[in-house]
Amino acid sequence: MADKIVLEIARYAPDRDKEPSFQSFEVPLRKEWVVLDALNHIKDKVDGTLTYRWSCRMGICGSCGMMVNGEPKLTCATFLTAYGNNATVRVEPLRYFPVVRDLVTALSDFLVKLQKVKPWLIRKDQPPLSAGEFLQTPEQLDLYKQFSMCINCTLCYSACPVVGLDQDFVGPAALALAQRYNLDSRDQGSAERLATLAHPDGIWGCTFVGECTRVCPKHVDPAAAIQQYKLTAALDWVKSFILPRGHDDKPQEAAHD
Amino acid sequence: MSESSIESMKTKPSNEAFFWLLFSAGGVVAAVLIPIQLFLFGLAFPLGWLPQPSYEHLMALVHSPLARLYLFVLCSLPLFHWAHRFRFTLYDGLQVKHLNEVIFAFCYGGALLGTVLAAYLLSSI
Amino acid sequence: MTDQAAIGQTTTDQAVRSEFHPRWHRKRVSTWWWLGEWHYLKFILRELTSLSVAWFVVLTLFQLRALLHGPETYAHFTGRLQSPLMIALNLIAFCFVIFHAITWFNLAPRAMAVRMGGKRVPEVLVAAPNYVLWFAVSAFVGWLLLRTP
Repeated sequence: MADKIVLEIARYAPDRDKEPSFQSFEVPLRKEWVVLDALNHIKDKVDGTLTYRWSCRMGICGSCGMMVNGEPKLTCATFLTAYGNNATVRVEPLRYFPVVRDLVTALSDFLVKLQKVKPWLIRKDQPPLSAGEFLQTPEQLDLYKQFSMCINCTLCYSACPVVGLDQDFVGPAALALAQRYNLDSRDQGSAERLATLAHPDGIWGCTFVGECTRVCPKHVDPAAAIQQYKLTAALDWVKSFILPRGHDDKPQEAAHD
Repeated sequence: MSESSIESMKTKPSNEAFFWLLFSAGGVVAAVLIPIQLFLFGLAFPLGWLPQPSYEHLMALVHSPLARLYLFVLCSLPLFHWAHRFRFTLYDGLQVKHLNEVIFAFCYGGALLGTVLAAYLLSSI
Repeated sequence: MTDQAAIGQTTTDQAVRSEFHPRWHRKRVSTWWWLGEWHYLKFILRELTSLSVAWFVVLTLFQLRALLHGPETYAHFTGRLQSPLMIALNLIAFCFVIFHAITWFNLAPRAMAVRMGGKRVPEVLVAAPNYVLWFAVSAFVGWLLLRTP
């Protein structure tokens, strides 16, 4: 008698339903299967209308994030056997995002917020090509490397209560990515990001719940990034009183010591 | 991007930074200094676990300028820590962000009131 | 806001107002969101420690006032502290204040990213001096209050 597991999956078809409802599917419990494998099995063999996002199935693209038994998880990295034999596993779309259909969330809001923090290298001067490439020591790389591991899976947005309570809050991933660029020695754009970051909807909306760090599959620690930037922004605010005009454009300078 | 829009981005950071600095300072003071005093005056002395310091001994301690400064910091900064934290607890916990002027005034006003009271009491002893 | 972000915002606003926009479902976050998960509850309890901190300051202000008004008033004040209600309140407040101290010291290293010699100092080594300071200061204050002159 083969082992089985039941998946209770949220279904929502906007043309048909007013609200999401749950549908149960029985799936073989294979020890090497992850939740994504179970979803693919259902879509292939049972109900082809099941709609969800996935791509790399190896935890790097960030597409397959869903709530599994109330926890934000990458379904390609969550083994079925973790839930035991004959268990029921609840699969829902990521929390705090609008649901487009079944397990698919609308990410446009997140993308707008990501763009607002300008997550790219900003230069005030453009050295000529003949000057060669930018050089960076291992120590300089170490300053921001952890925050560069973000795969934009938005699990942290589903974990953060402030994201759910305040739709304008920029959110953990965007803030961590802004800090990743602020700390990059090649970047000269800290002042440009300041208005978005040091704002009640930016870092000051964060109350260091720490859930974002707990659920992050790439160990980015966005909570740490945000708290570190709070200190930098606060020191910058103090400096703006002491030197009101033409104050240092690179608030991160002090953080490098 | 145009030069003018880049210039307009370099605005002063939000004043939230000020309240956060007070919150942080208050948090450190509260963490390091409050437990021992609350334990002694709130539990150990009333329950007789340790001998009560006499009125004269306490007055002698409080009279020194250093002690007054210590007590002022102890009474003021933790109140600002409470003000900031409680303000956000009300915003997030009860979702009453639409009352934010009232909450702001209540929290920081309360902290200011406590600070003024502490200053008055400590200067009078 | 950049031009591109402004366009994104406008598109979303326009889309929501159009009758052809797909009916996304958006669940409202309940006022009791913080009871839904142990991690959320732990967070709210941590935040509520601020009430105990404020309580201690109020108590201390009353204590200073009692000291100001003379030995009889102070004796009356210490007498009030012995009532079962006050003991219970102070016990709860003490537990919350300890919870505040521990969570504060444990989270401080994450907020500071201390580096020495180019490498990140392990969090335990940043938190430890805080605990040492805490115990040292507490011992000193205890000694000041308990010594018989």
